[in-house]
Amino acid sequence: MMGFELKRRAAPSRLMKVLCPVQAIALTILIGLGIFAALGQDPLRAFYHFFIAPVSTANGVSELLLKASPLCLIGLGLAISYRANVWNIGAEGQMYLGGIFATGIAIHFQQSWGAATLPAMVIAGAVGGMLWASLTAVCRAQLHANEILVSLMLTYVANLLIKYLVFGPWQDPNANNFPLTVNFDDNALFPLLASFGWDWLEGTRLNVSIFITLVAIPLAWFFAERTFPGFQLMVGGLAPAAARYAGYSDKRAVWIAMLIGGAAAGLAGVSEVAGPIGQLNDRWAPQYGFTAIIVATLARLHPLGVPLAALLMALLYLGGETVQIELQLPQAISFVFQGLLLMFLLGSEVLVHYRIRRTRTAARASVPAAV
Amino acid sequence: MNFSVTPLVASALAAAIPLVIAALGELVTERSGVLNLGLEGLMLMGALASFVAVAHGGGLAVSLLCGVLAGVAGALVFAVIAITLQGNQVATGLSLTILGTGVSAFAGRQYVGFRAPTAFSDWPIPVLGKLPIVGPFFSMNALGYFAVVALFLISAFLYRTRSGLELRSVGESPSVARSLGLHVTRTRYLATLFGGGMAGLAGCYYAVAQFKMWQDGLTSGNGWIALALVVFASWRPPRVALGALLFGGVSALGLWLQTVGIPVSTFALASLPYLATVVVLVTISADQQALRRYAPASLGKPFFDGD
Repeated sequence: MMGFELKRRAAPSRLMKVLCPVQAIALTILIGLGIFAALGQDPLRAFYHFFIAPVSTANGVSELLLKASPLCLIGLGLAISYRANVWNIGAEGQMYLGGIFATGIAIHFQQSWGAATLPAMVIAGAVGGMLWASLTAVCRAQLHANEILVSLMLTYVANLLIKYLVFGPWQDPNANNFPLTVNFDDNALFPLLASFGWDWLEGTRLNVSIFITLVAIPLAWFFAERTFPGFQLMVGGLAPAAARYAGYSDKRAVWIAMLIGGAAAGLAGVSEVAGPIGQLNDRWAPQYGFTAIIVATLARLHPLGVPLAALLMALLYLGGETVQIELQLPQAISFVFQGLLLMFLLGSEVLVHYRIRRTRTAARASVPAAV
Repeated sequence: MNFSVTPLVASALAAAIPLVIAALGELVTERSGVLNLGLEGLMLMGALASFVAVAHGGGLAVSLLCGVLAGVAGALVFAVIAITLQGNQVATGLSLTILGTGVSAFAGRQYVGFRAPTAFSDWPIPVLGKLPIVGPFFSMNALGYFAVVALFLISAFLYRTRSGLELRSVGESPSVARSLGLHVTRTRYLATLFGGGMAGLAGCYYAVAQFKMWQDGLTSGNGWIALALVVFASWRPPRVALGALLFGGVSALGLWLQTVGIPVSTFALASLPYLATVVVLVTISADQQALRRYAPASLGKPFFDGD
């Protein structure tokens, strides 16, 4: 009888570490083609509309960057957090709070603070995300509660908080009871890149907030790979016993991981409300906080892999929008692809640590146990 | 105060039943050492499958079967990755939730707003069902009675049968269990599939018994609350029921405040179950030693059955 068996590798395979994400992406595309075919679509045409058409124009590329930027920002924070084995899965809620805090500044002070409004919003957004994250940090570090469940529960609460605000105290009085705030003034919006006179960006929604992400990438890399706290977080994640023996505080690790994740998510929230949204409304729930979990995993928790993973996930979002318009398929197909990708990624991971070997049960004893 | 308690109990119970079903399934899974965080996704898949079944004229039995099968299928995917391929259980569970949410939103798009042509109705037991306060316990639908039976059966299975003992030992120490000749992988697969089936059933409850219509994400985080319930119950079945009633009570509290005319924001009320979950987790986690004593020792740790 033929079978397969796993053999532990002596050391993790470096080749497989690179090949795994590639394999997972390939499998996802393959299954994706199958799904399209099963839905009665021409797979190649659907593939074109999903993966190629969205980025075939300058405007498409700018929309890709507009989505990739917050995904990258949150993904960087989560990558650092997950390295420490702190499973913050409530980045979506922390992003909401970033948006809420920034909106609070915008609608109350945009007429009096002038050019200082936007910087204040950026700071407030980061603080909002950190405050929301610190609720989870307290529960985990001081009160020993599971951070996965707590951070997720708080995401539902954050979503309800947005609804409360836009249906209640922050509702635009001239909005005919629609659940939204007033539109932000120019003072409270990130300037469009097109306004700096770059021709090819004419008409795109890309704005200055992308520079926050561009600065965050090297910063996150430097923190994670080149600083002592970054090292401590990683040791705490890989070998908790060793970290304790070395005297690294695991409470501090939780706090650092949560605050970094919260700040990043909060900033992503600002970039949304002060960017393409331009207000706060009850329909703003882009799920970037959840997708960023996949971004961080796809990047193998490496800050320099995060931007690439974010671009890919942004493409999945855009592709979903395009096939909805072109092929009348529900946009939620993006999330099906996201889930599949993460599944395949985790399944492929086995090849990093194990070899798959064919076995014949009868002849098993004669095979030398090579490691 | 001339206010009837019975409707309160009824609404608490209605909220508690699916939580009990899902949490009991997850409890069995976790007792075998497997942490399946994909409960929310499994429930959504089960909900959609059972809704589609009734929407296309299948009876309630077909609907139940479809819900369970969807949950089992989803759990099988999880098991292959997390048990056979040694994937990280936390991340695999999350991906299952993302996938389940996506699949149910994608495939359920055409059913949004549809009403279920048939639905589970209450089966009141004569006399008992009319009693004040405890009446609702004797006037549940089929899934409600099933939850009660499952509670007793699962308790008996875990503590009174050989297989139950084996399952618990696999969850405590898979290496010792294996050296005793137990099939660790097989046990974990079965426990995971069982948990998936129960989650699918809970999904069926939301779609075909409670809401009786399809809407996006209709489980609204209850899969996560069920996960928290397992911790709250410190992995003991009777406490799952207690905890679920407590949560149901918190949801019903909002209803009560509205009926007696105390003005509270509906959004604040809607956030109560989530906040209650946090409070409960914090409370139960205060005694770390007790929690460690009851938690399956190998929970969440992959076990390599080779070499």
